[in-house]
Amino acid sequence: MSETIVKAENLTKTYKLFAEEIVAVNSVDLEITSGEFASIMGPSGSGKTTLLDMIGCLDNITSGRLQILDHDISNLKESKLVKIRRGKIGFIFQDFSLIPTLTALENIQLALYFADSQQKTQKPIKLLQKVGLGHRINHLPKQMSGGEKQRVAIARALATEPKFLLADEPTGHLDTKNTQEILNVFKQLNEEENLTIIVATHDPKLGLQSKRVIHLQDGKIVSQEKEAVLSSP
Amino acid sequence: MNILSIAYKNLKRKKIRTVLTVGGVAIAVAVLVSLVGFDRGYQRSLTSNIDRMGYQLLVTAKGCPYEAATMMLKGGGGLRYMEQDVYDKIQLDTRIDKITPQLVSTVFDPERQEGQGGFAMYMGITDSFLELKPWSKFKSGKWFSSDTAEEVIMGYEAAEVEQRLVGDKIFIPNINKILTVVGIFARTGTQDDGIIFLPLKTAQQIFSLPNKLTGVGIKLKDIAQIGQFEEDLYNEPGIQIISLAQVRGTILNLISSAKVMANSVAIIAIFIAVIGVINTILMSVFERTQEIGVIKAIGASRMDIFRLIWSETILVCAFGGILGSVLALLGSGVVEHILKKILPYAPSGQLVLISPSLLAGAFLGAIILGVISGFYPAWRASSMRPVEAIRRGE
Repeated sequence: MSETIVKAENLTKTYKLFAEEIVAVNSVDLEITSGEFASIMGPSGSGKTTLLDMIGCLDNITSGRLQILDHDISNLKESKLVKIRRGKIGFIFQDFSLIPTLTALENIQLALYFADSQQKTQKPIKLLQKVGLGHRINHLPKQMSGGEKQRVAIARALATEPKFLLADEPTGHLDTKNTQEILNVFKQLNEEENLTIIVATHDPKLGLQSKRVIHLQDGKIVSQEKEAVLSSP
Repeated sequence: MNILSIAYKNLKRKKIRTVLTVGGVAIAVAVLVSLVGFDRGYQRSLTSNIDRMGYQLLVTAKGCPYEAATMMLKGGGGLRYMEQDVYDKIQLDTRIDKITPQLVSTVFDPERQEGQGGFAMYMGITDSFLELKPWSKFKSGKWFSSDTAEEVIMGYEAAEVEQRLVGDKIFIPNINKILTVVGIFARTGTQDDGIIFLPLKTAQQIFSLPNKLTGVGIKLKDIAQIGQFEEDLYNEPGIQIISLAQVRGTILNLISSAKVMANSVAIIAIFIAVIGVINTILMSVFERTQEIGVIKAIGASRMDIFRLIWSETILVCAFGGILGSVLALLGSGVVEHILKKILPYAPSGQLVLISPSLLAGAFLGAIILGVISGFYPAWRASSMRPVEAIRRGE
């Protein structure tokens, strides 16, 4: 039976910009269950990243209700949110966001350190081997290509055995070849390990390869049909 | 992997900035260690010098008591003289344990200091001198053959300077007197090392000061009687009595104003170091805003971030503490040389005393500096909301 990963009801997020109130996410109802590979698509300013930040427990909500796994996070404090982020959510960012002073191995160990995991040696090595970087263990981010850095970031996100992965424009800084490699890693994780993946992206190629596409416009969900990707602006 | 190794790697990112900040802390620590070392060293040397005079009280002719005492400590001319009858009278006091008369005279010797000329200090003494200074041992030779012998015993440094050995003759210029060296004292670490001693009666005769003394050193049986003893001698005509404990206090007072100035410099140096550390770490926090957001996203709590930034600050200060202590140790010789030149009175012995406990204290102080100055940057970093930190850095 599928487990609820994300359940949003009338979810709204507003910002104050000087005197003006900006509605970034507007009354969104959404449910994502385990095993899904969902892409959140839409033009710039449509609210993709804001929605992803709220799902990732990085940002608080303005109104409505948001359930992540079995936690209602609508009114949780930062100290409670960090416990949900740590170990249950894996993050992947557009610019890889690796710590430049740490090697590939240490970047993964860092996530395990904060999660207080005991498996700080063998597990990171196995994860790097899994993403095809067994030969890059002791390399610093500056010694790796963009595709390699993103694969280290994926390994780091997987280190704490999260319930789901959140990726914000994961192929935004990659060329076609590396984009395909990252897509293959995501598909493999989703199909072989039944890992839930939620991606915010502009990239129609990524959208087409995901199982479900959530199309946002002006903070609202306008379509959840995969075919809409082809006709999106 | 631990928080300190991550903090250390972060500091290595901007090497020049880190080195400059560590340097600022090191200078503050070095100044502080040198000042405290000077305070301890000076007091200890002064106390040792005074203790090693062997007596607690000094009776001299009337005049400025501290000038007289300083002259005794430092050596030099311009001394006042009193009659030997005073000594004969005082020595009958039963409260006295040991007493010794002295006659000090200085003679300009044009051959001294490589031909530039300098004063040689002579002191007429009696057998009782050694009773008050039992630590005075002979490096070579022996005591005078009689109390009127035309002989000298040289202090260790005086013999070194004049390159004299037992059996040599020394010539006293102006007086045109030749005396025989019969002994050389071992080093005592006091002003006695630079003095040429001769029998009191011989000194009175050759310096044409019959029945004259410059001072009488007194050690009482019971130190608690000093106050009463001083009071009893207060009305004796033509003399004054000086407690060497008072002399010590007065000399320490004289240098206390210089110490206040130096302490102010140290406080300013520490203040600048704290500002420098806060500035460096804050700059580093702002530069790493996005990174801090990402670390929070991958599971770091507020306390984790606080500990990380705090560790960076404490590391900077710890390195500064170690470097500053090394600088103070290496530079203590130079500081001592300068102090001996500028101070009105510098006792013999080590003026800047840097002990392991002082170094340990300095290191601990540097750590406390890090704890204090790291608090605000660590709080700023830990308070960042992850989403704002991540987006602000983009």
